[in-house]
Amino acid sequence: MPDNQPMAQPPPDQPHAARRHWISVLARADAVAIAELLGTSGGIPEYRRLRGPDAGLVMVRGRTGGGGAAFNLGEMTVTRCTVRTDAGFVGHAYVAGRDERQAEMAALADALLQDPTRQRRLLATLIEPLAATQQSGRDATAAKAAATRVQFFAMRNMRA
Amino acid sequence: MSAGVSLPGFADPVRDAQATFRAVLDAMARPGRLHHVGQNLSAPAPLDRATAAVLLTLIDNETPLWVDPIAAAARDWLAFHCGAAMTDAPGDATFALALSMPNLDALPSGTHEVPESSVTLILQIPALDTGTRYRLSGPGLRVPTLLAVTGLPQDFARIWHENHALYPRGIDVVLCAGSTLTALPRSVTIEEA
Repeated sequence: MPDNQPMAQPPPDQPHAARRHWISVLARADAVAIAELLGTSGGIPEYRRLRGPDAGLVMVRGRTGGGGAAFNLGEMTVTRCTVRTDAGFVGHAYVAGRDERQAEMAALADALLQDPTRQRRLLATLIEPLAATQQSGRDATAAKAAATRVQFFAMRNMRA
Repeated sequence: MSAGVSLPGFADPVRDAQATFRAVLDAMARPGRLHHVGQNLSAPAPLDRATAAVLLTLIDNETPLWVDPIAAAARDWLAFHCGAAMTDAPGDATFALALSMPNLDALPSGTHEVPESSVTLILQIPALDTGTRYRLSGPGLRVPTLLAVTGLPQDFARIWHENHALYPRGIDVVLCAGSTLTALPRSVTIEEA
């Protein structure tokens, strides 16, 4: 069973940490970007859709404060897809929004990343560039926000 | 969960499920009439296409499904595509999947207050157009009709008589073979022909 093969030495308390990381990067990545990077790093092999891509609604739940009970914040649109490569690896994707192509590409990338013969290369040529792009986007937003930061000297003095 | 899944479900989930539902509905209304479903489906072993199509259509996470141990190889596929809530206790099931006639006494047959709470048995058999001939009569049949089935136990007419006698309680059966299905609702009378 290809699903049961171990990832590259994950920490024992978080057996899926590596996969969790690449799935979160893929869920935020653009369909075109994933397809281009997959194309340049070994090509897109034959695969078959097992389910979807199909869109649905997911109830997002929130929590009022640390100890508060969960409440229903609202529903969000989520598109999911599951594919199986001809090598037998099954990849899943759940992405926000209705971009079916993104869900399919993310699922395919998840399947390919589980293949030990491709994993190392794909992590370097697909996941790291995508993660870097996303991080720089977050940094830019954070820098913009930081410029408008207000220092509450009065409160700081009161605490001290 | 998905380790054993290698086959897709319906190609067009909404349309195919609606077509199959319509077929099951009509089969229940006209017992013994044959319908063709799931022709394009690649069913997981050991299920036939009709069996797989009926399960995809009727089963979800709110309908506890009991699976015959012989069909255990299809459990992953069912869990993935139907989100099926599997139960190991036949008595808790609302649907039962079997590849040979199970003991009907172990399956819920409903109560007089809630007769619809009985199980619907999805029974896969080797063939639906040859074999032992049964004469069906009852609601939905203006005149008695004949149904040929391969793979039912020899004393099926007696077993069915006991089930029919429970009416309005009782178990409904969907018979599947290949890509053909028919239904035997609890209201139908069955005699060997």
